[in-house]
Amino acid sequence: MGLLYGLIAVGLSLIFGLMNIVNFAHGEFLMLAMYGAFFLFAFFAIDPLLAMPFVAAGMFVFGAAVYLLVVRFAMRAKTNVGMVQIFATFGLAIVLRGLAQYFFTPDYRSIQHSWLGGKTISIGGIFLPVPQLVGALLAIVAFGALYFFIKRTDFGRALEATREDAGAVALVGIDQNRVFALGWGLGSALVGLAGAIMATFFYIYPDVGASFALIAYVVVALGGFGSVFGAFAGGILVGLVEAMTALMLPPSLKAVGIYAVYLLVVFIRPRGLFGSI
Amino acid sequence: MHDVTHAIRRRRDLIVAAVLVALAACVPLFVKDVYVQNIMVLTLMYAGLSQSWNILGGYCGQISLGHALYFGLGAYVTAILLTKFGVLPWFGMLAGGLISALIALALGYPTFRLGGHYFAIATIVIAEIAYLLFLNWDWAGAALGIDMMVREDSWLKFQFLRSKLPYFYFALFFALAAWLVTWWLENSKWGYWWRAVKDNPDAAESLGVVVFKSKMGAGAISAFLTAIGGAFYAMFVSYIDPDAVMSFQFSLLIALPAVVGGIGTLWGPVLGAAILIPLTELTRSFIGGSGRGVDLIVYGGLIMLISLTRPDGLLGLFSRRKKEVAR
Repeated sequence: MGLLYGLIAVGLSLIFGLMNIVNFAHGEFLMLAMYGAFFLFAFFAIDPLLAMPFVAAGMFVFGAAVYLLVVRFAMRAKTNVGMVQIFATFGLAIVLRGLAQYFFTPDYRSIQHSWLGGKTISIGGIFLPVPQLVGALLAIVAFGALYFFIKRTDFGRALEATREDAGAVALVGIDQNRVFALGWGLGSALVGLAGAIMATFFYIYPDVGASFALIAYVVVALGGFGSVFGAFAGGILVGLVEAMTALMLPPSLKAVGIYAVYLLVVFIRPRGLFGSI
Repeated sequence: MHDVTHAIRRRRDLIVAAVLVALAACVPLFVKDVYVQNIMVLTLMYAGLSQSWNILGGYCGQISLGHALYFGLGAYVTAILLTKFGVLPWFGMLAGGLISALIALALGYPTFRLGGHYFAIATIVIAEIAYLLFLNWDWAGAALGIDMMVREDSWLKFQFLRSKLPYFYFALFFALAAWLVTWWLENSKWGYWWRAVKDNPDAAESLGVVVFKSKMGAGAISAFLTAIGGAFYAMFVSYIDPDAVMSFQFSLLIALPAVVGGIGTLWGPVLGAAILIPLTELTRSFIGGSGRGVDLIVYGGLIMLISLTRPDGLLGLFSRRKKEVAR
């Protein structure tokens, strides 16, 4: 489960953590991706596992479009940039939820009889649900790829440089909007992967994103802004803490443990576990 | 010279406020429709709440996204004292405010050391913990909440069966009080400290501003006023549950009018609430009935549009026009 939070958070760690842009619509991105997987399954009988590339591609286009149409303008503000970003994306989140209610109706939907759904696998006597396991593997792969991408490619360096000083990178010929639009596309594509896999074992409804989004923010901040590895570690830590809280407290309070650990960590280390900014 | 214009501007603000309050106080004499009166009460309440948030978030620059905590505490303390101990809501209101201010100080001690997003997320998380605890706290009504039965009209108990007027006048008083506190603070040493802290905490520190103390002061005042608003809301709707007074959504709703109107300004929260709350209520009741989310699309789209086109708030529209006239 921790790696699952990690998987949701990996896209956010790119947008929120590395580009330092607040996206309060992250949960709604996840919701859209889950619906994407659902409709591909319902209309074209494409299994979510195969649908993943399509959902990711669709979310890539959507994320880049959101950056170019909305976020780009939110970053122009001279004062209170943070607040403008928060409320522009919060407004977007409400619009997306409204649109989902309008077009998809508020009904709960689920994908039955997918290749992965409901199956379990036994490893050394411990039964593990297959979809979660695939999600966990996917999270590890996604984090690894992102880490490599940021540290080893020109684009990754351009992204970090653009966050640091947009004016200076413009001088060396890097177009801020192009870099950030690609970054948003990529971050959204990663949410697309998370959404496609989660569609196989969660109910899908317009408000589904909200409950995951807050934990994703905590995961990114816990790990520390500017660190991909931090978000990965944050995801695992949150998963472990949740499992332990579940043993001691009633299930409705399990998130309290996660939040408490976040506070504990930032009180001791004000920049998260591995944060650089 | 500057001091003179400054003093004139401050006096003018005070006169404008007095005229607005006098006008607002007369409105219910002509508007008898309960639905409209209800919207007016909410508008005034949000103006006051957002004004309170603005002290910490706008002037001092500490973006709190967890003010639902103080609002909820004010509401719960008042409701619990009334239903369990028979304490009059007027005392409950004060108790809620003081408890919130104390909690703000206790929480401020560790959190005000955090910067930027780490602080904002900490405020969300703290409010969310409180929300979850109240949701599971049986003695405080848990998810069912607390119902304050209204038996008779009474100023003593601040409960009224049908009339909205007493609530209207208290909300007006609350909005005015929050405005006056802000007006007074703006020109006090605290006001100057806060602006210095907001612009550049390191420079402020080196100039002898006690950054940490300034933040604590802003946090406590902001929390106290927000809790008074929460206590009022509890009496106004006479039924509270964690979702209604402590959810994360609520923290954003408290901050929104200030952001829409003009963050860190005296009139921003008032203007923001006057535009936003009637619009919210009207879209909800006229196109929300279908249950298909059209009201959400309109509301969210509006927030997006305003934050993108007027990042400094709608108040900027006025000041720019004035400058053009002056030229």
